Amino acid sequence: MFYRTVFPRDLFAELERLQREVQQNVDASPSIRGGSRSGFPAINVSSGPESVEIHAFAPGLDPAAIDVQLEKGVLTLSGARASVLPPADARATAHLDERFAGRFRRVVTLPDDIDPNGVRARYRDGVLQVSVRRRAAVQPRRIAVE
Amino acid sequence: MTQTSATPAQTPREAASLVPPVDVIEDTAGITLYADLPGVPKDRLHLHVEADTLTIEGEIALEAPAGIEATHAEVALPRYRRVFSLSRELDPDRVSAEFTQGVLTLRIPKAEQARSRRIEIAVE
Repeated sequence: MFYRTVFPRDLFAELERLQREVQQNVDASPSIRGGSRSGFPAINVSSGPESVEIHAFAPGLDPAAIDVQLEKGVLTLSGARASVLPPADARATAHLDERFAGRFRRVVTLPDDIDPNGVRARYRDGVLQVSVRRRAAVQPRRIAVE
Repeated sequence: MTQTSATPAQTPREAASLVPPVDVIEDTAGITLYADLPGVPKDRLHLHVEADTLTIEGEIALEAPAGIEATHAEVALPRYRRVFSLSRELDPDRVSAEFTQGVLTLRIPKAEQARSRRIEIAVE
């Protein structure tokens, strides 16, 4: 660990950190929840006429240990991921240590028209997908002209 | 095990891809590599060991209903790729791999003659 700053082995992580720092200094009005691109798990949000889909890229978790909560239109994903790194006294060396380990928590604000009773969460291939239904009343409806 | 940033032998215009984060742990018997490849189904993961180069590639396949539009994307590319060069003492013929819930675990044992032996230091 002592050599990391002198000779960064993990060039991508260093570049990412640099990019994050530049971003933070350039962005005049960042989100109140801080940088959006640095957290674990990475999150993609997409919306359609009937639902809002949240994909959280959180590999290697026990689905039962993921906590998904929806409160006042705010979706919170939290849990923990165990480290695979050897203990300090083991006769093993970690050459690269880039994967996230520890407790995580991410928060997503959902649109106003979601139905809190129509939430479904699945975990497949290391991705947690949360589907939130939108209320029928706000779905665009065709009005017949008489 | 060192990382190569580019492989000149490949086609010059390779599709842009994400670099999956890895943990690499070495013990006396070999190297264990863990890679995060969330969103990749088993059949879309490709591992190649050629000469002394290990290539990990995977394509993301996500389920999404029709007519949906991305509003915020932190994972903006649909594939992962990372290349490592193996060192001589590793045995590329005995690599074993396991892939569960987006985490790839690769075990690359050291060749029998390359295993480390404890060397006694005689103090006189």
